[in-house]
Amino acid sequence: MTGSRSPFPRFLSDGSFRPVMVGGCVAAFIMVLSPLAAIIWVSFFENKIISFPPTGYTFDWYRAAAAMPQFRDGFFTSLELGVVATLVSLIVGVPAALVLARGRFPGREAIQSLLLAPLIVPGIVAGAALYMFLIEVELASGVQVAMTFTGLAIAHSLIALPWTVRLVTASLVGLDPQLKEAALTMGAREFTAFRLVTWPLIRPGVVAGALFAFIASFVDLEKSLFLVGPGMTTLPIVIVNYLEWSIDPTIAAVATVQIAIISAGLVLTDRYFKLARAF
Amino acid sequence: MSSILIQDLVKRHGAQVTVDRVSLEIGQGEFIAFLGPSGCGKTTTLRMIAGLTEASAGSIHFGGREVTHLPPYLRNAGLVFQGYALFPHMSVAENVAFGLQMRKVGHEEERRRVEEALSLVKLAHLAGRLPKELSGGQQQRVALARAIVYKPEVLLLDEPLSALDAKLRTEVRTELRRLQSALGLTTIFVTHDQDEALSVADRIVVMSAGRVEQVGTPREIYQRPATRFVAEFIGLTNLFPGGLEGHGRFRCEDGECFAVTTTDAPSNASVLAIRPEHVRLVRGVPAPDGESAVEATVEDVIYRGALTEFVVRTASGAKLAAHLQNAGLGRYELRPGDRVIASWPADASMLF
Repeated sequence: MTGSRSPFPRFLSDGSFRPVMVGGCVAAFIMVLSPLAAIIWVSFFENKIISFPPTGYTFDWYRAAAAMPQFRDGFFTSLELGVVATLVSLIVGVPAALVLARGRFPGREAIQSLLLAPLIVPGIVAGAALYMFLIEVELASGVQVAMTFTGLAIAHSLIALPWTVRLVTASLVGLDPQLKEAALTMGAREFTAFRLVTWPLIRPGVVAGALFAFIASFVDLEKSLFLVGPGMTTLPIVIVNYLEWSIDPTIAAVATVQIAIISAGLVLTDRYFKLARAF
Repeated sequence: MSSILIQDLVKRHGAQVTVDRVSLEIGQGEFIAFLGPSGCGKTTTLRMIAGLTEASAGSIHFGGREVTHLPPYLRNAGLVFQGYALFPHMSVAENVAFGLQMRKVGHEEERRRVEEALSLVKLAHLAGRLPKELSGGQQQRVALARAIVYKPEVLLLDEPLSALDAKLRTEVRTELRRLQSALGLTTIFVTHDQDEALSVADRIVVMSAGRVEQVGTPREIYQRPATRFVAEFIGLTNLFPGGLEGHGRFRCEDGECFAVTTTDAPSNASVLAIRPEHVRLVRGVPAPDGESAVEATVEDVIYRGALTEFVVRTASGAKLAAHLQNAGLGRYELRPGDRVIASWPADASMLF
């Protein structure tokens, strides 16, 4: 039987390759984590300009950031947008995933690709396109959408949608369709079967999808660039704007807060749903 | 409990017909096995009875009540899936209680009947466990308890034993038969395993390519197969192509000629079939009167404990399998290369 043999070359499984793999993993972790660690470290520096070595440590930059209205406003705008985008992506994405995972119908592939497309189209392109579209809408109807919360909410819903579709679909694909059939034969109506059997089993995927959607919206820079307006700017764009003029550790403090929120989101997600299952 | 009446049931998928005019009457409390190779339509037929697959034509009645177009939740059937389909997020007791909750039987009765069903399958001590904490055999019994707890009109079993190992399979099927007759459940059991069908069913429905080939008791199916397909599918059969010559003789294509019993044989029969256990092998002794006999050489000997399987080749080159009980064979041992006379009683021949 060839089936029992590993498809991988032997040196991968006999242990001699292990140091190389461990080394590779360590290098990857260092590459990913060191910029984050550096930002967090710098945010406590006393130096007025980001530079080494630190002359001392302080919490002043956090106080400074909190006192600056543009950071506060940006933070709350991003938070509100994240919540709205997540809700929209759930309302559209969960039913879409339910249909996509079960049904076999013409156009299924096309709909799936369309829902996942925002992941593939470069954010700056999609953002510019949406901006031009919203301007056209404004010219035609006289209602301003670009540079308003509504315009941003549309863009961020598009950012969030692929994540809920993808993660909810992943949790449905792992679900035995016979579970629902079993519930039906035992006397449960369609909705009861969904409520008592399907829903409890996909809930972790829905929670994970929602958290991912929120994070994707919260960190977005490119898609929002054209759509923000005076008094209506997201945190990542506030950060970029600030960096243009000054390079003190305030920015590191803001970034650290952002990193903390996202990390908390990811840790929380992983508790509900092993993220590895979604990819 | 209920009888089941199936009339001209058809399932079409586009141009393809997976179930072709199946008609069947099942008595109250009867244990029926649907037997056939994979893709013969047996599971599709079962799913149409359960209401999980829509019938393209025909009708299904449960004890006089037409259910053909009812959704599964209004049919009151119990179904055990091949993979059991236990709800992974519910305990054993919750799984079993599900059907009762759908019927709103009330707390006290629900508790009592779950307990009763679990002790029936000897799992009362595991009521609080999750399905993944049980062995395959235990999961199978939970699936069964879950399907019978609400006293369904019919119990449907889709290859329920195929995931179990051989020893457990024999044990569970005996248990299943005991429960079924104790509860008087009208039962349909889908399987591709002829041993399973022969040993548990009151009657077997042999299916092939969407059609019913034969319906009969295990004895009828084995001893008097209605078609060549049934003869080949159930048990092992020696086949000789050829034609009837009249006077109770069958001439094979290779020229051999055998005595046959022609009562209820079709006059245009083209195949002679003989079960290996009817074939006798002797050295140098002429066959008794009324037996068909042919000279042959032993090619292969497989010792199987209770019996020995021989493969012999006749003078004209045809292969013939013979199964001999070892209890009666003790005195002489046959080896490959031995010249023998293979014979069988004329009434052991089957013609198709």
